[in-house]
Amino acid sequence: MGVLAAGVPRLGNPSFRAFQCWLTVYRRTWRSSIWSSLLGPLFYLGAMGFGLGTLVDRHGTASLGGVSYLDFVAPAILASGVMNTAMGEASYPVFGSVKWNKIYIGAQASPLRPADIFRGHLMFMTMRIAMNAGIVTLFICAFGAARSPWVVLAWPAAILTGLAFAAPIAAWAVTVTSENSFSYVFRFVMMPLMLFSGTFFPVSQLPGWIRPLAYATPLWHGVALCRGLSLGQIGLLAALGHTAYLAVLAGAGIWAGARTYTRRLYV
Amino acid sequence: MLVRARGLTKQFGGFTAVDGIDFDLYRGEAFGFLGPNGAGKSSTMRMIGCVSPPTSGELTILGRDPVRDGSAIRARLGVVPQEDTLDVELTVRENLLVYGRYFGLSRRVIRDRTAALLEFVQLSDRARDKVDPLSGGLKRRLTIARSLINEPEIMILDEPTTGLDPQARHVVWDRLFRLKQRGVTLILTTHYMDEAEQLCDRLVVMDHGRFAAEGSPRDLIARYCSPEVLELRFDPELHESAADKLKDFSAERAEVLADRILLYVSDGDAALGAVRAGGLEPLTSLVRRGTLEDVFLRLTGRRLED
Repeated sequence: MGVLAAGVPRLGNPSFRAFQCWLTVYRRTWRSSIWSSLLGPLFYLGAMGFGLGTLVDRHGTASLGGVSYLDFVAPAILASGVMNTAMGEASYPVFGSVKWNKIYIGAQASPLRPADIFRGHLMFMTMRIAMNAGIVTLFICAFGAARSPWVVLAWPAAILTGLAFAAPIAAWAVTVTSENSFSYVFRFVMMPLMLFSGTFFPVSQLPGWIRPLAYATPLWHGVALCRGLSLGQIGLLAALGHTAYLAVLAGAGIWAGARTYTRRLYV
Repeated sequence: MLVRARGLTKQFGGFTAVDGIDFDLYRGEAFGFLGPNGAGKSSTMRMIGCVSPPTSGELTILGRDPVRDGSAIRARLGVVPQEDTLDVELTVRENLLVYGRYFGLSRRVIRDRTAALLEFVQLSDRARDKVDPLSGGLKRRLTIARSLINEPEIMILDEPTTGLDPQARHVVWDRLFRLKQRGVTLILTTHYMDEAEQLCDRLVVMDHGRFAAEGSPRDLIARYCSPEVLELRFDPELHESAADKLKDFSAERAEVLADRILLYVSDGDAALGAVRAGGLEPLTSLVRRGTLEDVFLRLTGRRLED
């Protein structure tokens, strides 16, 4: 970015300047989202961990690796929760910034380039993901569902999982012409991922032919990584493998977003 | 020279929005693109605003190439888009803060400029109010203030008063005129002839992506119109026969619209006398000066706001 005109002070990275816009907006609107960030995971942990968990634990948890259902499901609620946060932050807000409140269109008239606008917004999404992931990680600890001190790494693992969704979704959302597309993704992509990625039950319970499909999904990697860290049952190689998968997906989204934003905004 | 275009062309798929136009813009002038919707005005403005790469032709803005140096050029432009892009959830002041940060200005600089700019657009007393409930005219003034946060050398205004009521339009014109007095170069599009006449030193009449004519408003009226225009309205049943008769006995140019007949004459009252002497009695008649609207009609055969 050495191209800013002389006389215009260069304060901060341009993507960071776009991020600050979102921060200013968030300072006005955080109250409306904070309750769902707090109560959502609380309801899930309560209903799944304690409600369903009591039932499951009574029938033996050998297929869960011998841990209680709460311990098993809590890190999955963390991983699937960040997926939902990522989807929420990267779908309608991105689309709306082109079509409704036109935040991108306004920003585009400034020295910011489409790629800066994308990265700035992605920084904000990552912040939101980190906030929600932090809240759930704290709940997991507070409910005594963490069985290992490695749980502290479940937080960054969840952030990476969220970014692996947010970056590609935002890269795609900016190209969307009708907001109806999002409800398809919610129903036919997010919902099955949430249900069949080893979240509420182990993938080993699925028919054999469908298992490879589950192993290929990003949420399975996010869940496996968060769960392995929370339970303290993960090898270095497996942890690196999951991390690499998620990092590649996030990287691909970041690469693609700079291009799709340019193609959409710079016409 | 601030902007230079040669053979500037913009195509979207097979559609040519801007069809090889040439122009030069100089520092301190107010330059207008006048034309109906779809004439290619906005596409031209987007190219000058460095948010749309030209399909072909040359374009230089502030001596630089908009494709390679778009970011650096935009740092020195102020853009007032056709549709407001204000953040309605934020306050007036926060909108300027966010926008100033886009330009990398420090908070202190933004704060100082915000006070002066809100004063300039007469919004100081609304600084802490949310944008959402503001009227269209106030939002437009805020957009103008926002576009000035980086102290631009060139302002690009795409239909700055479309959708505003007459009083709000006059306030906007007054502020833009003051900016011009301060030496800011204005580039604007409009489909209002009165706006072009009020603000523009020089303008082009644009139609189908090309320039139909170019000059100062006074030049254009002198070249393509008569000093006076006589507007006649007849009983609808007599409209056509009256039009034929007028063509027969009037040597001057006549334009027959759906509801009116316009006679381009040097002396309107004399012409009206001649019409009456010829045995035609219009329901209403109006003698007025020639305007850019007449120029446009003459050049394109269509009215501006159709």
